[in-house]
Amino acid sequence: MTAISVKGVSHTFETRRAKLRALEEIELEIGENEFVTLVGRSGCGKSTLLRLMAGLLRPTAGRVEIGGHAVTRPRRDVSLMFQRSALLPWRTVIENVMLPVEILRLDRRAHRTRAEQLLALTGLEGFEDRRPNELSGGMQQRVALCRALVHDPSVLLMDEPFAALDALTREELSLELQRIWGEERKTIVFVTHSIQEATLLADRIVVMSPRPGRVARLLTVGADRPRSLGITAHSPELDRVGAELHELLFAREPAELRERSRDR
Amino acid sequence: MSSATATQVDAAPGRSFGAIAVRVLLPALTFVALIGAWWLATIVFDWPSYIVPTPLEVWQEMVDQRSILASNFKTTLWEALLGFALAIAIAIPCAVAIAYSRTLELTVYPTLVALNAIPKIAIAPLLVIWMGFGAGPKIVMVILICFFPIVISTATGIKATPAEITELSRSLSTSTLQDFVRFRFPWSLPYVFVGLKVAIALAVIGAVVGEFVGATKGLGYVIVASGQNANTTLAFAAIVLLSLMSIVLYYAVALLEHVLVPWSEET
Repeated sequence: MTAISVKGVSHTFETRRAKLRALEEIELEIGENEFVTLVGRSGCGKSTLLRLMAGLLRPTAGRVEIGGHAVTRPRRDVSLMFQRSALLPWRTVIENVMLPVEILRLDRRAHRTRAEQLLALTGLEGFEDRRPNELSGGMQQRVALCRALVHDPSVLLMDEPFAALDALTREELSLELQRIWGEERKTIVFVTHSIQEATLLADRIVVMSPRPGRVARLLTVGADRPRSLGITAHSPELDRVGAELHELLFAREPAELRERSRDR
Repeated sequence: MSSATATQVDAAPGRSFGAIAVRVLLPALTFVALIGAWWLATIVFDWPSYIVPTPLEVWQEMVDQRSILASNFKTTLWEALLGFALAIAIAIPCAVAIAYSRTLELTVYPTLVALNAIPKIAIAPLLVIWMGFGAGPKIVMVILICFFPIVISTATGIKATPAEITELSRSLSTSTLQDFVRFRFPWSLPYVFVGLKVAIALAVIGAVVGEFVGATKGLGYVIVASGQNANTTLAFAAIVLLSLMSIVLYYAVALLEHVLVPWSEET
């Protein structure tokens, strides 16, 4: 089953001075419960693509469909997670997790139990009544993850969620995300500019090239899960994908693409 | 996941007894030192009390004139507080309107800046002509003085909501009202309090300026009247009381901030 399909999507940002072509003719199908990472250098439009899927932006051309319906506005079954936790400092951990339940007017009692289960799943048991500023960056992102999952969305869109964390916490959270994804099957689209993160997490990697943003290549990662940077890190499959990704990202832009960006 | 629980979570710092003692003791000592210097100066320079009275004489005057001073203190306090409250009531809706409307920001904002540039004391005599000698012109003066810092800080605060918070709010399809009540307004509170703290310090000044120009009551009136009688000691007593009023009001607002916006100090 296709969960998300992106059909001929282009997006142009217009400012007073210039038009910026962020995405051009994107075609992409993401399957149900698939874990897809979007990788590319800055300016390749990966965050823009994520926001189009989230319904925060409308495409200039083409359409994004989720569950067969065109996305025209934010949907209840799609959750977002950002680089910064976006926790509300005046709310406790559990109140932050319950925020979507309150705003979407869902059954509080049932979701309260779910919120507690999620906090336990992410190792935050006993921290329910703390405030965000009492927590480390990694713990804050765990709370943000619980908040994104509390109303059981079918799609989780993540915009470099671990980019602001230190390397160790990052790896720990990558592992944890795989585990949670194993228990709570979701379609996940994960934006990153880390080769390691992309190969570690993805079923499929969408490699994007910049100016204007296009899909340069799709890579399938066949390695077994859970994957970590430990002993399993140097499986031939992960090595192969990592190397290819490296080549693609550091390749010089083809002349044709450079030409186009000059005309813009 | 054991690593999260193992992460050390410190209790809020700076709340130990020693820290509080330092926070109270240091300003108190400074205050005592200032009074000591004043006293010393009156002895060294041998000023007569109609030029500069000693701290003891001022204290004696405060005790002797306590009923007069108390009633005038109440008048000024009332004018300052009422003006401050009204300024909040007017300024915050204005700030919200400015923050939400580009048109209003472009039209009203420059006007506010221009109006704020007028020295308020220049308007004081006009207020007396328009409104007489009662509490009215003093309260208006307080509003005029307090309004600007509250508008600026609140409008800034509402517009300072970080991008990821606005996106979170939009992704949950909030209405404009929900977005304001649940995200933007609470987010702006630390900024609002910056304005409130500036404004409360100005509120007492506003009331006194109003009283200087034409009044029959209030500590500002006491200062003007005792100047005319060369009763310097009474004027000093009134000034000391005004300072006390300012300090108490300022820390009352700071305390309110601590209670309502505890996260603002830590971020």
